[in-house]
Amino acid sequence: MTDKIDKVPAGAPAPAGVPPEAIKAIPVRHYGRWVAGVVVVALLVLLGYAFSQGNVRWATVPEKLFDPTILSGLWHTILISVASMALGLVLGVVFAVMRLSKNPVTSSVAWLYIWIFRGTPVYVQLLIWFSLALIFPVFNIGFYKDEMTDVMTPFLAALLGLGLNEGAYMAEIVRAGIQSVDEGQTEASHALGMSQSKTMRRVVLPQSMRVIIPPTGNEFINMLKTSSLVVAVQYPDLLRAAQDIASTSFAVMEMFFVASIWYLVLTSVFSVGQYYLERHYARGSLRALPPTPWQKIKTNLLSLRSDQSGGAA
Amino acid sequence: MTPMVKAEGVHKSYGAAHILKGIDLEVNNGEVFCLIGPSGSGKSTFLRCINHLEKINSGRLYVDGELVGYRQKGDKLYELKDSEVALQRRDIGMVFQRFNLFPHMTALGNVMEAPIQVKGESKAVARERAERLLARVGLADKAGNYPSQLSGGQQQRVAIARALAMEPKLMLFDEPTSALDPELVGDVLDVMRDLAESGMTMVVVTHEMGFAREVGDSLVFMDGGVVVESGHPRDVLTNPQHDRTKAFLSKVL
Repeated sequence: MTDKIDKVPAGAPAPAGVPPEAIKAIPVRHYGRWVAGVVVVALLVLLGYAFSQGNVRWATVPEKLFDPTILSGLWHTILISVASMALGLVLGVVFAVMRLSKNPVTSSVAWLYIWIFRGTPVYVQLLIWFSLALIFPVFNIGFYKDEMTDVMTPFLAALLGLGLNEGAYMAEIVRAGIQSVDEGQTEASHALGMSQSKTMRRVVLPQSMRVIIPPTGNEFINMLKTSSLVVAVQYPDLLRAAQDIASTSFAVMEMFFVASIWYLVLTSVFSVGQYYLERHYARGSLRALPPTPWQKIKTNLLSLRSDQSGGAA
Repeated sequence: MTPMVKAEGVHKSYGAAHILKGIDLEVNNGEVFCLIGPSGSGKSTFLRCINHLEKINSGRLYVDGELVGYRQKGDKLYELKDSEVALQRRDIGMVFQRFNLFPHMTALGNVMEAPIQVKGESKAVARERAERLLARVGLADKAGNYPSQLSGGQQQRVAIARALAMEPKLMLFDEPTSALDPELVGDVLDVMRDLAESGMTMVVVTHEMGFAREVGDSLVFMDGGVVVESGHPRDVLTNPQHDRTKAFLSKVL
């Protein structure tokens, strides 16, 4: 045996009361960051300057922001977006389950639906629904009969166009969510004697939500914007309202700005809602839920106050 | 008396892979029946056949005198509907290696779920029983916790409580302690021992030879899809007759 080991343990704790000496070093200078920052600010200033020189009557924007026509358009945009999204969600779940079913007929039909409605532009789909009267002048389902032009209102055309298109996208999102749930969950549920449908409703779908919600939120935000295409079917949405005012007041760009502001407000509000929804479905998968923005503000304020009182003492 | 589980020439294959090559065995009422063997020997597959999570390819499998997954009329077999299979499974509890608790429900919610959804029990009744069962597995204070907030051993005990909530006549354990840290194994085995003492019929796939010896009433050593040796755990474990059994035990004991 050769070594004479020094018996003092390597990681001996420093004696109490003497704090370890902090490292004093000159930090790395990030010159690149400064250059990039200056360039970006300069470009922004140039852009702002360009707009200030443009022929824009800025006063019109706040003036028309709460115009009754605009507010009515805003309401219709929300209505058609929510209604289409609801239809899309229901269709999405139905077609996702059909697509995953063991029955070859239902799974092929679901495949066909997704193929058609995801593979054609939503604008074209809207026009097809709106023009349905050209090939079916009369709507007749036995117990109900009417002129197609009366049945296919702008609202219905917009709802079918947006909703069926959305359903195809949602079906793929829901399918991915369902498939993300561990096989063991289904087995455990079956072993307890739960039926196929109960297993889906009580065990698989709630867990797939965590995977489904984030892309669905994106879909909804997309929907709020895509809904502007319903101008094509004469639906009086936000963009249509802006265009109506623009055509009489000749403040075309100003009205587009008004519409853009409202679209930004809508998407921002729903982004916040999405945050809370995701938080809700994170239950059980995270040990501690992340704080809500409001809780963050509260704890920050509290710690600030205690710091101050501590400093004063 | 009809045995709780009776297997006659059970075969199971996945495509070309022949997993079970003719299993014959009987599990008596109130017995703790241990299945041991190397991985890939088919013991877990056999366990999963008992509650029809896997379909057998040939032979017959009975639970409490009732054919599993099929109905026999004359010499014709009819496959049971999903709902009829579900009805059979009600009476067979199963505990998995990976717990498979429902992560979006609290411990209490996990235990209450099946009685409410399957038996249509009222919430109050289900809650009362769930609380009692959680207390029985030593987790009364964890009722409100989600599975992710529990240790592996605690999760497995909740899983046992969840299976017991359906008041099964037979409990299947699929390597219930294999996914646990060594120091957590004891708690789960204690719960299983307590369950055995209460007279529950249990089929346990396990690598815990100590448990098999102390608690088991019968033991089967499986290898390559067949039963190599069976008997009382003490006899098989201390005095194995078969070379294959001796080789396996010399490695795990």
